[in-house]
Amino acid sequence: MAACSVEALLAKAERDEAEKLKSISVHKELDLEFDIGNLLAIDKNRIESRDFREQKKEDFLRSLARDNTQLLVNEIWKQPSERVDEAIVTKLPEPVTALPREKPPPKPRAPTKWEEFAKLKGIQKRKKTNLVWDETAKDWRRRWGYQRAKDDTKEWLIEVPVTADPNEDQFAKRTAAKKERVAKNEFKRLKNIARAQKVKLPGVGLLPRAQQPKEDLAVAVSVARTSTASMGRFQDRLPREKPPRNTGKKRKFEPNIGDFSGEKKKQLEMLRLMGSKAPKLDINRAVAKQIREENREEAVAKYKKGGKKGRQGSMSGKGGKGKGGQGGKGKGGKAGVGGGGKRRGKPGKQ
Amino acid sequence: MPKFDGIVKPKTKRAKRFLEGRAPKLTEDVKTAMIMKGGNSSLTVTQALKDIYALKKPNAVLFKKKNITRPFEDSTSLEFFSKKSDCSLFLFGSHSKKRPNNLIFGRLFDFHVLDMIELGIEKYISLSDIKSSKCPEGTKPMLVFAGDAFDTDNEYRRLKSLFIDFFRGPAVSAVRLAGLEHVLHFTALEGKIYMRSYRSLLKKSGCRTPRIELEEIGPSFDLVLRRTHLASDDLFKFSHRRPKALKVKKKKNISRDAFGTKFGRVHMQKQDLSKLQTRKMKGLRKRRGEIKLSMNDTR
Repeated sequence: MAACSVEALLAKAERDEAEKLKSISVHKELDLEFDIGNLLAIDKNRIESRDFREQKKEDFLRSLARDNTQLLVNEIWKQPSERVDEAIVTKLPEPVTALPREKPPPKPRAPTKWEEFAKLKGIQKRKKTNLVWDETAKDWRRRWGYQRAKDDTKEWLIEVPVTADPNEDQFAKRTAAKKERVAKNEFKRLKNIARAQKVKLPGVGLLPRAQQPKEDLAVAVSVARTSTASMGRFQDRLPREKPPRNTGKKRKFEPNIGDFSGEKKKQLEMLRLMGSKAPKLDINRAVAKQIREENREEAVAKYKKGGKKGRQGSMSGKGGKGKGGQGGKGKGGKAGVGGGGKRRGKPGKQ
Repeated sequence: MPKFDGIVKPKTKRAKRFLEGRAPKLTEDVKTAMIMKGGNSSLTVTQALKDIYALKKPNAVLFKKKNITRPFEDSTSLEFFSKKSDCSLFLFGSHSKKRPNNLIFGRLFDFHVLDMIELGIEKYISLSDIKSSKCPEGTKPMLVFAGDAFDTDNEYRRLKSLFIDFFRGPAVSAVRLAGLEHVLHFTALEGKIYMRSYRSLLKKSGCRTPRIELEEIGPSFDLVLRRTHLASDDLFKFSHRRPKALKVKKKKNISRDAFGTKFGRVHMQKQDLSKLQTRKMKGLRKRRGEIKLSMNDTR
């Protein structure tokens, strides 16, 4: 009696359990795949088109959704939960589905020259305190920034050191030194970046960029053109290439007010020259220049008529005449002799 | 200017925070979507875009103006917008005689188009047409995909991945159980994709796990797959690359037996057992004479 009642009890308990679970259990042929981290459930069971067309579409979809959601919720409820501020919260595991990233993963920063050295020597970084005790103000002040502890810029009196020039401006010296330090720091920072990106900065030329500025391109073209053995003299221009504009010598001017003694000297020298009996014009040089010009024009005309053969003939003529023009001395500038002189090989001494 | 980010430093803290927000990170935040219209769009398309924007708020931007571009032919303007608004998902709606009620779902990697899938809306019921109380904005939805097509067909697989990317919210470590309200259900059947959005009601059941009852709230779409532009396999693989820092370091030298007892190995050098330090018992100590005897014995 007792035995069968125990069995009956157990059977009843099982039935009760089944009853309880009936409301939440769903039968599916294939188990669903779950990704709880993403609250995702994937049902791979085949959907029979017959069932679909039998019922109304919406009802079929709704019942399918209900079943799948029930299974997903069952899975979620299996996770550990805790109580946080009057709400029951489930901890979710990491998402499993592999999804593409937005951007490529960040590259670790390359160490700077100092960082490499510090790693080599085993130097640790020491954390500095934010506030420093300021004696003059008798208060804790920032180490740097607004109202800092020892503010160099706010000093109204700088003692001139014994070794320094008494007429030197110490304040200007201080600001200049700061500018120098800032510029040096910036330069080192850029060098670190360039080394990290392995970008070789060309001394002359173009940086590899998507869009090059027009001026840089023009400069690069002119540099390339003059980088031949004959300094670009025989370099043909492209059909629509315009000759460069700013390639003459850059004139330097002295400032208006500055060197008074030097200006006085220059003016007196000029007056002396004007008063002297020496000729103002170097006749030999002027004549040579004129002859060279005429020869050049002839050569151009011959080339246009005869082609390459004519050009070779006139070259020897110019060489001979150039020597004669080097004779006399004069105060005039070098003015275009440089080109001819170089062609012969050795420019003469002035 | 991303190329000059080391050289040109931001001058204000706010600018610095802005640039840090846009820089690539180890673990990324939720992807934002840009929703825009094409040159011509119908009422269904504009309503559909508004509804999807409501589903994806606040991680979406809805563009008001029309953009006369064709994403499948020229994606440069999309890439430009993505760079400016820092969005990596997009939804482009348009309408033409050849492709009526067209929606193009897409995602970008490193501001270049990764995948683009064009879907046509066959039937659409908007949020406002279904009269019921809606879920609050920003709830993380539960996503369910049904139908074996999502597993067998390559394009459907990408579409599934795209939908997951689009509709899953921010990645959270814990979720409030009462707040699991929103369910998005996608069914692939007979060449069509049915998207339904329900609100789940947790009813009392006999045990701890509640019984689910669904109530339809959201927009319902009947979509058909049109053109696709999928990324090449190597680009797809490249976009999945995880940074090394995120790799979970496996703890070595831990093993468990059948009972769950934790075991570890301790590696020691060879010990000379005769010199082992045991309790000193003076009586047992060997005397000089005895040592000689024991040595003779061993021989």
